[in-house]
Amino acid sequence: MNLTSPERQGKGTVFVRPEICKGCSFCIDFCPTHCLEFTKDFNAKGYHFPILARPADCSGCDLCGLYCPDFAIYGERWKDIDARQAKGPPAATASAPKPIAAPRVQDPEPADPKGVLTGIHFMDGDHAACEGALAAGCRFAAGYPITPSTEVVERFAARIPMVGGVFIQMEDELASSIAVQGAVWGGQKSLSVTSGPGFSLMMEHIGLAAITETPGVWVDVQRGGPSTGLPTLPGQADMMQAKWGSHGDYEIIAIVPNSPQECFDLMVKAFNLSEIYRCPVMFMMDEVVGHMVERVVIPPASEIKVVPRKWTHKPKDEYRAYATSKDDPVPEMTKAGAGYRIHVTGLTHDERGYPAMNAVAQDKLVRRLIGKIRDNADKIMDVREDGVEGAEIVVVSYGITSRIAMSAVEEARKRGVRVGHLRLVVAWPFPAKRMRELAKTAKVFIMPELNMGQMVLEIERAVAGAARVVSLPHAGGSVHEPETILAAILEVGR
Amino acid sequence: MTENTPGTLLRDIDSINPVMPYLRQERIPHIWCPSCGIGTTVNCFTRALTESGMNLDEIAIVSGIGCTGRVAGYLNLDSFHTTHGRAIPFATGLKLANPRLKVVVYSGDGDLTAIGGNHFVHAARRNMDLMVICVNNFTYGMTGGQVAPTTPLGAKQTTMPFGNYEAPFNLPFLADACGASYVARWTVFHVRQLAKAMLEGLKKRGFVFIEALSPCPTLYQRRNKRGDGVDELKFYKQNSVVKNGADTKELGLTFNGPIAVGKFVDRERPTWLDAMNEHLGKVLGAEYLPWEGGNG
Repeated sequence: MNLTSPERQGKGTVFVRPEICKGCSFCIDFCPTHCLEFTKDFNAKGYHFPILARPADCSGCDLCGLYCPDFAIYGERWKDIDARQAKGPPAATASAPKPIAAPRVQDPEPADPKGVLTGIHFMDGDHAACEGALAAGCRFAAGYPITPSTEVVERFAARIPMVGGVFIQMEDELASSIAVQGAVWGGQKSLSVTSGPGFSLMMEHIGLAAITETPGVWVDVQRGGPSTGLPTLPGQADMMQAKWGSHGDYEIIAIVPNSPQECFDLMVKAFNLSEIYRCPVMFMMDEVVGHMVERVVIPPASEIKVVPRKWTHKPKDEYRAYATSKDDPVPEMTKAGAGYRIHVTGLTHDERGYPAMNAVAQDKLVRRLIGKIRDNADKIMDVREDGVEGAEIVVVSYGITSRIAMSAVEEARKRGVRVGHLRLVVAWPFPAKRMRELAKTAKVFIMPELNMGQMVLEIERAVAGAARVVSLPHAGGSVHEPETILAAILEVGR
Repeated sequence: MTENTPGTLLRDIDSINPVMPYLRQERIPHIWCPSCGIGTTVNCFTRALTESGMNLDEIAIVSGIGCTGRVAGYLNLDSFHTTHGRAIPFATGLKLANPRLKVVVYSGDGDLTAIGGNHFVHAARRNMDLMVICVNNFTYGMTGGQVAPTTPLGAKQTTMPFGNYEAPFNLPFLADACGASYVARWTVFHVRQLAKAMLEGLKKRGFVFIEALSPCPTLYQRRNKRGDGVDELKFYKQNSVVKNGADTKELGLTFNGPIAVGKFVDRERPTWLDAMNEHLGKVLGAEYLPWEGGNG
């Protein structure tokens, strides 16, 4: 229109989007020149909306725009409109996302030597777990003191200043378990560490990490429970909590080391899996493994394979933060500050990451979160087998209990029993398929564990009656006597 | 995006609401009730962003749960809608992982000071470099109007059906006592002052706390027979007293009493990260690798 039109009145004017107005009247009541009024018309939602009733009085001050809680009105001065028109259309201001210096493919890379304490050490499992995290590229840890896990973060706090990174002791485990997720979205690999009641407090954010697909490792150095229980003594009674502890349906990966060396080696694996599948990985140590001091060999950085984050390299207008394909159920990731302007929410969301609260979106998201782990269970599975093929009896164990079971199995073999031993290194997802295969020949599975019978339920479920399943529970506070396990083997082998 | 209406003249002029570039426009209209003040605070925040001249790619916004917690989802910034009460610890991790980011926590009074109260006091104590905007509507809006740690004595809420007998927080006093670097309170009536406080907050290093009093017409005003949002804004207008630099002890709010507004604290303290880098540099010397975010 002709900007010098005689119709132009006042020093400015207002623009209104009637369709999103909710009729609050803030603009009308707080207009300094009282130039606005409600129309008698209704918008589609049934609200009256403002009009510029007295154009000659409008100063274009935009106080209406500042007040409008619905972003439905704003004002502008004629002189600003004229200046902008004279300048022509504004240049595009959207900045292109900065490329992230990392390969798109998740081929493992050698570890950053800064974090790798190459050499032969004599250290406990807690310290070795910390070294594993540093070797895996973890540069942020948050924790809260709790026995028997505290040594992990104590070592991290002492080591990280020379490696380059941050440790912060948060005010509680709720805070620790979400601070690490903030750090992941800030671009780092992160670790949180706890035990006992602290693990219960962290559960809220395991669910958040699952739904937002935030990679990271959560260490639980298991002690006796429930509640404060036995702070300084071992347990393995958090195994079901690791899998089911947060509300709702989701899948995690849980890894169970049985020695300080494995605390190092498997910690690297834990970080790698969390980056590949973008899910929380639970590192299920126990008090004995955490405090046991043994030889730990840390190889040169070049021999440690570290999986980088699955950074996106898509242009901003093509990138959808939670878009996946049939072939790849894990979305590409970015971070705050990369220019993508992502939205990440704990609400059920669509491919853009926007809240989508309906059954269709829920079905799509939850099926994918579950499927990306369950459908890859065979790839994630890690069991260590010893003479299980053709064995009539298979002892299944994990963590510290596996070391006792091993000696019992050896002793039983000396006495002529055909017994094998299977150790769960990855406990979740549970290797159900492998159990079913073994159940074709094995007559009995025996499972000793430092709880009143948790993972044994998974064996029962997997073999579904095809073999007998014997639970050897232990309430925690100490470990099984080898004789107890031996006696059970001999009993069923008779 | 713009439209004219009867009574205005500018049908064809290329113009855009200054708030729009900051919004995820495909998500508008928002879910907030008619005459809720949260959207007004968003206008103020976006005006402050414009004034600050900051690179929007380097600003991240973190919200908790609740009506105000939805702000993150509407702003076209890197935005994180976290769990109830935990926006501050998430923001702490985000800021420490990449110190180049300006991290803004935008949440409600219940989220920040009840379930998130512990995180709030510790972030202020640490002087974590975060700007915390607390939209205080004296109630839990999203869940239907339950008593909040800010509900004035006597006000009716669904879980205080006979009136609140539980003493509320004086939030500026709390933030001040915990060590915040910057503390201000305004209402959504004070849009220009609120925008200015937010601008100052964006430029400030350290823990910034800005309380923005806002109506919840559906659940606080209606239950307490205070009219709707516009009536509450008029109440703010009539009852607010600017008290810049006031002793924060004296800023407690009552059901119908005066509302002290202004900037109460603006001091310099080393941020958590500055303190870490300085201290470890001093103690460890050349061995220390100062943290600036690495490759993150």
